[in-house]
Amino acid sequence: MRRFKRLLPRGRTLVTTVPYLWLLLFFLVPFVIVLKISFSQSAIAMPPYEPLLHWASEKMLQVQLNLGNFAFLVEDNLYWKSYLNSIFVAGVSTLLCLLIGYPMAYAMARSNPSTRNILLLLAVLPFFTSFLLRVYAWIGLLKNNGLVNNALMAMGVIDEPIQMLQTDFAVYIGMVYSYLPFMLLPLYSNLEKMDLTLLEAAADLGCKPWQAFVKVTLPLSLPGVIAGCLLVFIPAVGEFVIPSLLGDPGMLMIGKVLWTEFFNNRDWPVASAVAIALLLFLVLPIMYLDRAQNAANEEGERT
Amino acid sequence: MQGRSWFRTLSLIVGFAFLYIPIASLIVYSFNASKLVTVWGGFSTKWYGALLQNDQILGAAWLSLRVAAISATVAVVLGTLAGMVLARFGPFKGRTLFSGLTTAPLVMPEVITGLSLLLLFVTMEQLIGWPAGRGMTTIIIAHVTLTMAYVTVIVQSRLTQMDESLEEAAMDLGARPWKVFFLITLPIIFPALLSGWLLAFTLSLDDLVITSFVAGPGSSTLPMVIFSKVRLGVSPDINALATILVTIVAIGVSIAGVAMSRQQKARERDAQMALAANQQMIESLKKG
Amino acid sequence: MATSPRATQQKFEPWTDPEAKPYVRIEKITKKFGDFVAVDDVSLDIYKKEIFCLLGASGCGKTTLLRMLAGFERPTSGRIYIDGVDMTTIPPYERPVNMMFQSYAVFPHMTVEQNVAFGLKQEGLARAEITRRVGDMLDLVKLGQFAKRKPHQLSGGQRQRVALARALVKKPKLLLLDEPLAALDKKLREHTQFELINIQETLGVTFIVVTHDQEEAMTLSTRVGLMNHGEIVQVGTPSEMYEYPNSRFVAEFIGQVNMFEGKLIEDEPSYVRIGSADLDAPIYVDHGVSSAPGATVWAAVRPEKIQISREKPDDADNWGAGTVRDIAYMGDVSIYLIKLDSGKIVRVTQPNIFRHADDRITWDERVYVHWHATSPVVVTK
Ligand SMILES: Nc1ncnc2c1ncn2[C@@H]1O[C@H](COP(=O)(O)OP(=O)(O)OP(=O)(O)O)[C@@H](O)[C@H]1O
Ligand SMILES: [Mg+2]
Repeated sequence: MRRFKRLLPRGRTLVTTVPYLWLLLFFLVPFVIVLKISFSQSAIAMPPYEPLLHWASEKMLQVQLNLGNFAFLVEDNLYWKSYLNSIFVAGVSTLLCLLIGYPMAYAMARSNPSTRNILLLLAVLPFFTSFLLRVYAWIGLLKNNGLVNNALMAMGVIDEPIQMLQTDFAVYIGMVYSYLPFMLLPLYSNLEKMDLTLLEAAADLGCKPWQAFVKVTLPLSLPGVIAGCLLVFIPAVGEFVIPSLLGDPGMLMIGKVLWTEFFNNRDWPVASAVAIALLLFLVLPIMYLDRAQNAANEEGERT
Repeated sequence: MQGRSWFRTLSLIVGFAFLYIPIASLIVYSFNASKLVTVWGGFSTKWYGALLQNDQILGAAWLSLRVAAISATVAVVLGTLAGMVLARFGPFKGRTLFSGLTTAPLVMPEVITGLSLLLLFVTMEQLIGWPAGRGMTTIIIAHVTLTMAYVTVIVQSRLTQMDESLEEAAMDLGARPWKVFFLITLPIIFPALLSGWLLAFTLSLDDLVITSFVAGPGSSTLPMVIFSKVRLGVSPDINALATILVTIVAIGVSIAGVAMSRQQKARERDAQMALAANQQMIESLKKG
Repeated sequence: MATSPRATQQKFEPWTDPEAKPYVRIEKITKKFGDFVAVDDVSLDIYKKEIFCLLGASGCGKTTLLRMLAGFERPTSGRIYIDGVDMTTIPPYERPVNMMFQSYAVFPHMTVEQNVAFGLKQEGLARAEITRRVGDMLDLVKLGQFAKRKPHQLSGGQRQRVALARALVKKPKLLLLDEPLAALDKKLREHTQFELINIQETLGVTFIVVTHDQEEAMTLSTRVGLMNHGEIVQVGTPSEMYEYPNSRFVAEFIGQVNMFEGKLIEDEPSYVRIGSADLDAPIYVDHGVSSAPGATVWAAVRPEKIQISREKPDDADNWGAGTVRDIAYMGDVSIYLIKLDSGKIVRVTQPNIFRHADDRITWDERVYVHWHATSPVVVTK
């Protein structure tokens, strides 16, 4: 098909152009604008920033690059701490997702084919239900007089409620809960494709089951692990909803900082600078993810 | 390996319990008479009644549904084109950028996507006067951009699984490329498009962060209303709303799932029939 | 070695007729993928009603050549003419050529009938006409009773027939078949080979068949083109390919052969004599060779053309002495592996004419191998 499309340059160009233009206009160009605004001065106006370009005199166009916003990010350790904390929280959440997701995906992939479909359905079903409502459900569970505390008290494990809501613990719960499907799916599809005779071959060559797992299954599932981790980690770094609903109001997360700068402080230039700094950090993982996905697709094409 | 099966079963039970207990609790407490969400005060459906009286929620839900239906449809069209380009067109100039642009929205933190789209809309309004103000149009554009990435991934992976020689065969039999697409490719990948549409629809229905950036003052979507209510604490009518949404999704997905497994079973039966037919054919060939 | 059923029929050899016009003309076709040359300067003439087999090892460029004929690949250079018309740049959907795919590519969402009708619908024929032609074709490939079935309800052999019917129903000038039988089991494959020939003769279509199975090529084809690394190394009828290979590669690819390396010691127009360190006597061949005296040449002798005896042959040429190393009983023939005194292993096949033969040559016996002067073929490369 790729070859015969060459015979039809016009149709091919049209098919490529439409989604390409859409993505350029609504995904790439916006970043350029964010970059531009991150260099401009905040102002009390609508929109609340000053233009970068000035007509200084009749013929001279002057560019005013304002690095102040970035300097601000560096100076104020609120931003630093938020970045580091977000990365830390996202990293821990990714690890937790992996620890829970791997055994689940493994068990799903190794169950018999008819249950496998049902399990897969069960795994993606939450994906189709509202993310916001699922986070909300945890408020009801983790509150001081919520289900978990009540249950623990009824069992006599604790005498008085533990403060769980508005703690980091609640945020991790929410993160793992919301992002688990993103870990499960790539892992499952990787493990399911694996040729089971490889394990038999390993056993035949003298590997104990756990050795076969460590030496065959684990290395072969590495692409799935990497894809799953990136799919969880990248969006988790900028997560806003979970920390604001479940976390301590003072918890420093960069997504919340950006939201606050934008909606509460109405400081668009600083919000843009925060976004650019976050983006710079995430560009490499995103590129890596894209490459990994292309590689996986090519493999799919070959088989 | 039998000894390990208890471990697998356990990890499945724990994992799925973790995924489903919160949802179950939402549903149970939506029938709670008490206003204190977590204290059981007897069975009642009054919160559903209250929900139906709440114009703000109903209005927001209506807006969200319209936005979701339109964005999902546009996203399926654009995502299918993008998936075709990636799976079938081979290398071309600018492919790397294109593939990056289709992957990035999947993982891009929503605050960044939301902020950048808003700034784009503001700038465009300044430059060309469109879109005038923010509202349904800007929300739809934002949702299409987000959800077409998901559709692209689904379509692309379906197309790479599909035997390319099916399309070549159609062309060999005299069908022009666009006919090949509509007669062969589209019917074969249709289930993928359907699940792409469903996913896009639910993602759009659910999106809070990006929508908050690009929505105008008069256009609050359902998640925005829920969020502002939830920030103030748990409220039972939200539970009722959640139950309705979960039920709809569960029914939809279950129907799809049952249909799929029926098909699978039918296919297995047919495969056995074909095997028998093969034997029969060898016999008849030997005679003939 | 199976022989072509055509051998017994009336002579069909348009390629020997200088007046005959080739139906498909491939002119200096080269195809590169990046730097990799998949098809290298191939020229071929194929005549009407031929079954032409492209034979070669995996990856030698057979499929690529076929795809260029179908129009899925554009040649890097060279031209393709079909029935005198330049087809090089014509897209596949406008070529009077149809292809049967290696994977069959039967449309999974259409019934057998719809699959076969697909190509005719593209031509915009009347519905009655389509129904009639589809019905006839399904009868021809014995699929009439399966018309309403979907492909996943068919066996591999039936799907293969659907693919064949679908391509043939368009009455193409040329049918391209990419490994048409590779996915079938051995029994079914042998039956289908003869059916393919029958169908081809009924309809009079020209076939180009790709295969990597030399036996299949010998059974099916009027002529074989053997490919190696993108090049055509020899074109000929199955018996020409077997009896008169033009190189060591061809001799070894098609059938079994014993290859004796040596130097020309006598080079006359009517005969040559070759000295080989492998044998005790020189090799005498009753045909001339165009090569310089003293040049290294190879004499290829087929296993069935060698005799074994306990007595030393009378001839001065064409023999060697050795011991029986191994015997494999194959039913119709037995294969003897004989280690000559030079260390060279010679393969000999002997028909098992009698059920009981008490005096059979057996393991570790001292024997002589020898052959007739007409048996060896001398190749220079
Ligand atoms: N689209 C392509 N891009 C790059 N290389 C290709 C492409 N198609 C084929 N090739 C290469 O060209 C060579 C010839 O391939 P081709 O498919 O023609 O082989 P073949 O003779 O049909 O082999 P087989 O018997 O295995 O089917 C192979 O080395 C293959 O890797
Ligand atoms: Mg091939």
